[in-house]
Amino acid sequence: MVPVECYFALSALLFFIGVYGFVTRRNLIAMLISVELVLNAVDINFAAINRLLYPNGMEGMFMTLFVIGVAAAESAVAIAIIINVYRNFHSDSVDSIKNMKW
Amino acid sequence: MVMEIYSYSFLILLLPALSFVILALAGMKMSHKTAGLIGTASLGLVTVLSYLTAFAYFGADRLADGTYATVVPYNFTWLPLGNLHFDMGILLDPISVMMLIVISTVSLMVHIYSFGYMHGEKGFQRYYAFLSLFTMSMLGLVVATNIFQMYTFWELVGVSSYLLIGFYYPLKPAIAASKKAFIVTRFADMFFLIGILLFGYYTDSFSFSFAGNVVMGEGTTPFIAGNAAKAVAAAGFILPTALVLMFIGGAGKSAMFPLHIWLPDAMEGPTPVSALIHAATMVVAGVFQIARMFPLWVEYAQPQMSIVVWVGVFTAFYAAAVACAQSDIKRVLAFSTISQIAFMMVALGVSLPGHHGVLDNHAQLGFMAGMFHLFTHAMFKACLFLGAGCIIHAVHSNEMAMMGGLRKYMPITNITFLISCFAIAGIPFFSGFSSKDEIITACFAYSPVVGWIMTGIAAMTAFYMFRLYYGIFWGTENKEAHEHHTPHEAPLTMTIPLIVLCVITMGVGIYSTIAGFAGWGGSFGQFVSAEGTNYTIHFDTQIAATSTVIAILSICLATYIYKGESQPIAERLYKMFPKLHRAAYKRFYQDEIWQYVTHRIIFRCISTPIAWFDRHVVDGTFNFMAWGANEAGESLRPWQSGDVRQYAVWFLTGTVALTLILLAI
Repeated sequence: MVPVECYFALSALLFFIGVYGFVTRRNLIAMLISVELVLNAVDINFAAINRLLYPNGMEGMFMTLFVIGVAAAESAVAIAIIINVYRNFHSDSVDSIKNMKW
Repeated sequence: MVMEIYSYSFLILLLPALSFVILALAGMKMSHKTAGLIGTASLGLVTVLSYLTAFAYFGADRLADGTYATVVPYNFTWLPLGNLHFDMGILLDPISVMMLIVISTVSLMVHIYSFGYMHGEKGFQRYYAFLSLFTMSMLGLVVATNIFQMYTFWELVGVSSYLLIGFYYPLKPAIAASKKAFIVTRFADMFFLIGILLFGYYTDSFSFSFAGNVVMGEGTTPFIAGNAAKAVAAAGFILPTALVLMFIGGAGKSAMFPLHIWLPDAMEGPTPVSALIHAATMVVAGVFQIARMFPLWVEYAQPQMSIVVWVGVFTAFYAAAVACAQSDIKRVLAFSTISQIAFMMVALGVSLPGHHGVLDNHAQLGFMAGMFHLFTHAMFKACLFLGAGCIIHAVHSNEMAMMGGLRKYMPITNITFLISCFAIAGIPFFSGFSSKDEIITACFAYSPVVGWIMTGIAAMTAFYMFRLYYGIFWGTENKEAHEHHTPHEAPLTMTIPLIVLCVITMGVGIYSTIAGFAGWGGSFGQFVSAEGTNYTIHFDTQIAATSTVIAILSICLATYIYKGESQPIAERLYKMFPKLHRAAYKRFYQDEIWQYVTHRIIFRCISTPIAWFDRHVVDGTFNFMAWGANEAGESLRPWQSGDVRQYAVWFLTGTVALTLILLAI
């Protein structure tokens, strides 16, 4: 059986890769992918901790599925926004929408 | 029953108001003639209604105590304020009905006259609109049912006067004069307002008196009788103070010394306006106010009436002295107006009850005489001013130097002007005689000193009026000026009002003189008197003879000095007293004194520090607050960069920090 620390290590790795990607990338698609990485890191945590603490329970697993579902919806919305941004600014760079702050 | 005959009385106020609204809104689209006709027609109707009211009122039976009933056909609450309420309505009593006659007559004459005088002027429609506004306000003032309504309309006449003085607004002096008139009268009105509020606060009412048998119209708000006891209980100080404060307001409007400074300058307005507002109606508002509050003065403020007397005496003397030295014909008339109004003030002030505390025959005389003089003065002074308008129309100047010898060119103006001069000088069989003689009789009854002073001033009046008359119509003709432009008689629209006013002056004069000597009734005293009862005028033969002789002597003196082609005596007098002449010509430097007091003392010592405090401390505080908010905003602004990744870093930092804090706890 794979020791639980491995899951945690993978999860932490994925999480920080996601955060790093979100902060450093300018491309909106890349940022979206980074967010997905963060979500997946959380999913792994849910599944691993469920397995570790409550071997008979399934709540963590369901929560994982639920997060995957929400992430899918979120991606759809985000991609729709990105497409609109691209149409308006002819760019997929996050810097191009800076003046949306007003 | 009584009410129904007066149910049309609201039209007296409504018609001029409507004509004002129509002319003000649509005047520019009308021709001059249409606008003038609308104004004149509405005023004509008002005049008819006023005369109907007067006939109905004075034709009605007297009450059991011999007075005419005070009738209130309309009265409604305009603004309720707890116990107090401000009412608006129409009150008819002898003095207000008399004022209706005066105002509507003079105003109608001025409306007709202005057709000729203002012919082709730019802003003709505006002029008629303002005339309507003024007439409405003045009528509202005299029929006011309470002091507050009176004050409201009082301010409205002030505004109309301001607008009409500044009618020639492209000219600088006109603007300055209108502002001066407004500010000076407004300053005085401040005291009037304080007086009213004091009065209302302590007596729980704005009524003119605490008693009286008033006939109320159906559906009208009843009067709340004031509580005099409460006011008197306040150390017997409140009522006299309130009345004196109101008198200061009246003194401002009626141009009493030292608040008279606005009236001579107000002559910058069109001459018919001077005739209507600054001679016949608005300037007597102060006298009317005293007459209105007269029961209160007599009851509660007898000692303070001497203030009215002495202010009046001094003003009468001062104005007469200045009038002797003026060269602008309208200014002579303006100062003579001030002097004559002061006569009315004195007449009211000397109208004191005798030792028994009741208004006996002598005491009533002053009130009656003051009101009578108000009536006669309005007619002959309007006639004089309109005559002056004809003259100015003919020679295009106000200066006497440009006139002289006009009697050949302007016969009608000459005769009407002469008759009015006789009236103001107090020659028997002219209206001014009866009224002024009664005033002097009342003054002698009050104190011989006042009586003799007033007789002297009456002599001065005769002198300066005839100086004016000879200066205009006789004396040296200014051939040079008349060569380019021969003076001509004014058109009919201008001469008819002169003749009408002259006929009134003559008619009233002849009847009242004969009636006064013969002791007949039917004279002015039958209608208006302090008690409201029938008062038969009897001349005091001695005083009548004295004042007539003195008036005739002054006229002879003026004739001797000023009638001739050259005026050696006037020249010599001028050389003997150059300083006195200069001082009188400069109105004894009253304007300069006011200028000094306001600019050097009030503006510099009080207003300048206050302005500094306002600019630096008050404004500074608020500017500092605004600057602080602005700076805070500027420094926070970069935080909202719009850069999503930056937000993410901050978010992450925040989360980590929060986690660490939670762990630490």
